[in-house]
Amino acid sequence: MALKHKTPMLEELEKGPWPSFVADIRRMAARKPMCEDLLGLLELSYEQKEGHWKHGGIVGVFGYGGGVIGRYCDRPDLFPNVAHFHTLRVNQPASKFYSTEQLRKICDMWEEKGSGLTNMHGSTGDMVLLGTTTDQLEPVFYHLTHELGMDLGGSGSNLRTPSCCIGKARCEWSCLDTQEITYDLTMTYQDELHRPMFPYKFKFKTSGCPNDCVAAIARADCSIIGTWRDKIRIDQEAVRAYAAGELVPNGGSHGTAKRALDIQKEVVDLCPTGCMEWDGKTLKIWDEDCTRCMHCINVMPRALRPGQDTGATILFGAKAPILEGAQLSSVVIPFMKMEPPYDEFKELIEKVWDWWMENGKNRERLGELIQRFGMKAFLEAIEVQPDPRMIKTPRYNPYIFYDPADVPGGWEHDPKAFRERHHA
Amino acid sequence: MPQVEYKGKVFDVDEDGFIDSFDKWCPEWVDYVKESEGIQELTEEHWKVIHVLQDYYKKHGIAPMVRILTKVTGFKLKYIYELFPSGPGKGACKMAGLPKPTGCV
Repeated sequence: MALKHKTPMLEELEKGPWPSFVADIRRMAARKPMCEDLLGLLELSYEQKEGHWKHGGIVGVFGYGGGVIGRYCDRPDLFPNVAHFHTLRVNQPASKFYSTEQLRKICDMWEEKGSGLTNMHGSTGDMVLLGTTTDQLEPVFYHLTHELGMDLGGSGSNLRTPSCCIGKARCEWSCLDTQEITYDLTMTYQDELHRPMFPYKFKFKTSGCPNDCVAAIARADCSIIGTWRDKIRIDQEAVRAYAAGELVPNGGSHGTAKRALDIQKEVVDLCPTGCMEWDGKTLKIWDEDCTRCMHCINVMPRALRPGQDTGATILFGAKAPILEGAQLSSVVIPFMKMEPPYDEFKELIEKVWDWWMENGKNRERLGELIQRFGMKAFLEAIEVQPDPRMIKTPRYNPYIFYDPADVPGGWEHDPKAFRERHHA
Repeated sequence: MPQVEYKGKVFDVDEDGFIDSFDKWCPEWVDYVKESEGIQELTEEHWKVIHVLQDYYKKHGIAPMVRILTKVTGFKLKYIYELFPSGPGKGACKMAGLPKPTGCV
């Protein structure tokens, strides 16, 4: 269909093999004037190389302090249908499994009450309903909760929507029931999710193994990453089948043609700790030296499996660069069993929150507070003993603080006695 | 910027219904906004929250963190939502005449 606005630059993006968001929005524009104006506004931004949304926007639903991102166009004279273009975050099911029935219901609701456009999904995990007006927020929320059994996700200085990898639903490596953990945390901390009470945002992400398919270590203040502490399970027959070229390495990720796997070169020599040995017949792993990096398991999924004494490594502090620089999460609990009702984990989290809520400055992420106060203060606050597994290397500068209680004589010092021994 | 008139007073407001300047705040403003914020009658407790926000803003030039608001008023966050259904930011700050909250909201 012809749009009422000219969009020559956007039309360029309908060419090429990748699914075109322009073509998709244009299809929706036939029914929704909001989509038509959105394309017009976007074309204007392409021309001028500037955004055309006003600063900020504070809208929401009663009872909650977050979940809706308010947006107003700064040229409502040209594009009146996107004068309001608010976004709703909808809490997604863990790992994003849906039935078509549920998705159809959501689509019907959103075509009626919003723009019909979505983000599937926002990078934190929420289903994102893109574009509606303030007067539709409460009706959408009513429909979500009363008809669809869904709730809003998080936004603002609160617990954001937790998310996880696909976990045990479809992965043989998952050491955790990532979906159950995510669902449990989401339900337990509804209050923290809907009513901002923190110094800044806080995110949970759960990955079933160190491959970390939800990027928990990089994108969550608290990263829960599955691991094991017993031995890698080896099927020697299957190892030999890889060596003989009967099984395709890496599940065929590097080509599905049959080829003999050079176990020495492609597995043993690449092991980061060198804890493997292959004599052409039998693969040996010295598990006490294994750091569970997943490489050998990734290469030979039919032959090697994670151990059975599974749990999680808990890491804290990941964040994007603003303000003090980007951080990945740091190991704080090398191993914790993760079984319902996750009391040990929740006790830990609540100590972390207490400390951060008490000491965090306005808009200070947990990772920055740990940086400002030091890992020692953090460990003391959450009552965790330091462990060599928490550091990559010891500090190399000698600026070491001691507790006066640990130093004979403490910090009290008699200058006269000093002068008697050392004349000026 | 749209204007609203209420009981003889005129206010300049943005799309979200925040007044453009703290200096223009007057008790009539609170009366005007309360309904759109889901409040029937203003109690002393509503006023306590509003006054704490205003005093803090006058002294520090920013709105207090939620934790400070709950500490100073002695109201738990849940109770603040009972008083102001859209919460301390959209509800109470708007009624107190403070600038609109910004950042990742």
